[in-house]
Amino acid sequence: MKILVCISHVPDTTSKINFTDGDTKFDTNGVQFVINPNDEFGLTRAMWFKEKQSASVDVVNIGGPETEPTLRKALAIGADNAIRVNTVATDGFYVAKQLARVVQDGGYDLVIAGRESIDYNGGMVPGMIAAITGANFVNTCIGLQIEGDTATAIREIDGGKETSTAKLPLVIGGQKGLVEESDLRIPNMRGIMMARKKPLTVVEPIEASQETKAVQFQKPAPKGDVTLVDPENIDQLVSLLHNEAKVI
Amino acid sequence: MSVLIYTENEDGKFKKTALEVASYAKEVADMLGTTVTAVSINGGDSSELGAYGVDKVLEIKNDKLTAFNVKAYADVIKQAAKKEGVKVIVVSSTANSKFLAPLLAVHLDAGYASNVVALPESVSPFKIKRTAFTNKAFNITEMSSDVKIIGLSNNAFGLKENSGAALVEVYQPTLSDKDFTVEVTAVDRATDKVSIADAEIVVSGGRGLKGPENWGMIEELADVLGAATACSKPVSDMGWRPHAEHVGQTGKPVASNLYIAIGVSGAIQHLAGINASKVKVVINNDPEAPFFKAADYGVVGDAFEVVPKLIEKLKEFKANNA
Repeated sequence: MKILVCISHVPDTTSKINFTDGDTKFDTNGVQFVINPNDEFGLTRAMWFKEKQSASVDVVNIGGPETEPTLRKALAIGADNAIRVNTVATDGFYVAKQLARVVQDGGYDLVIAGRESIDYNGGMVPGMIAAITGANFVNTCIGLQIEGDTATAIREIDGGKETSTAKLPLVIGGQKGLVEESDLRIPNMRGIMMARKKPLTVVEPIEASQETKAVQFQKPAPKGDVTLVDPENIDQLVSLLHNEAKVI
Repeated sequence: MSVLIYTENEDGKFKKTALEVASYAKEVADMLGTTVTAVSINGGDSSELGAYGVDKVLEIKNDKLTAFNVKAYADVIKQAAKKEGVKVIVVSSTANSKFLAPLLAVHLDAGYASNVVALPESVSPFKIKRTAFTNKAFNITEMSSDVKIIGLSNNAFGLKENSGAALVEVYQPTLSDKDFTVEVTAVDRATDKVSIADAEIVVSGGRGLKGPENWGMIEELADVLGAATACSKPVSDMGWRPHAEHVGQTGKPVASNLYIAIGVSGAIQHLAGINASKVKVVINNDPEAPFFKAADYGVVGDAFEVVPKLIEKLKEFKANNA
């Protein structure tokens, strides 16, 4: 089984978000970048397929040279090969077209991408890869088993979950639940040393149109101070929620 | 050329998000000088949609479409969009709509903007405001594709009633075996509980509650308010509560009208996930907890004393306002 895990290079979850150039660009100053958490759950699940079902695992990222440390980290965790498509990841559709080309060239049976990146939150790349390549697709996946050429996947739905079966090739929109937080792996020294020698192939992008463009960013308006209510006077809280906030 | 919407139903009744999408699409259609057409798949009483601004309903009744199936549903909406020659499609942010929208975008070669929180800032060029960086910021997205798909954030626009009547057209799209290559074998959905996605009020507990045995009062408070229950990441990681209740950056997003956090410190990842909620209340015995900076109302006090009192006062309030 050939697996491709799509890795988005995103600001760490604790990052302060600021913008530059008249609020048109994300300010990377002092920001630490990590593997997108939703992708990391998928990468770990792929490692289990590698160890228990002899799968091969490649990782891919759409981005400039500055994203290579994130790909090296994925190699240190245990991926076999890395591919970087040398272009700027802007519109989700554009990114999906680039990834679909990598999927088709590599003949992958299973593609795992996070349900969304935590920076642009587009939530469209996995589904678009599936639609472009004609593969089956399960989003918000919290459980995945594969026997032969058939997958059984559990999808989180509003208020519950849904189980489905599908033939490979399959694209998964992954998230926590594919593996647990405690299953995530921190690269060890041996992994980091080995990752330096693993292949990281840079390919140039294909021609593709950009359907959307983030033209400006805004930060939420500063919040007013909290209104404190005395714990001995909870009546006041009920009254504020009813009369002032009008939410009950 | 009308604005097309996908109106989801649950067991034959239109979801609130479907009516919200209709309300929103009506105003977008007004900006574009056109009408609203709804796609309803085994849906409810179409006249209900007219009251939220829908002019025409393409009513699809098909036994093969009884259960949600992403490929088939995306195919049906694509065919409806082509038949009507639409340029703008609006869907909600439910799990199913977020599942099908990317497929639809590829089928129609359309740009897709998800998590949209407001009406377009302009329609030529087409600019729209959406959340990014998991609610830590907004971005204005310019959509240049011929067909545009807008994914409206739940609870971002609200419901707006309209006095129109919707014309109903029975529509039979063509389905093929290729639409059913992912087979749903089981659906496990709690029907007696409010889901976080649908909830107008969410009551959330954190590590401050000390253990899973203390969740009785959280559930009772949620029950009194008709709210969904949620929890912080450590609580789900420790197995006190199921993962499905974890809200925050890597958990479920919350965009409720009222979010009540009890014993939740307010880590930046948690706040990012719930920030889209309109009114936030925090109950915590630590006045330095970061949540107080993000909240609208706060109570510095012991949750084990404050929450039972709140339940009692809310019951009194409900009895007086019934």
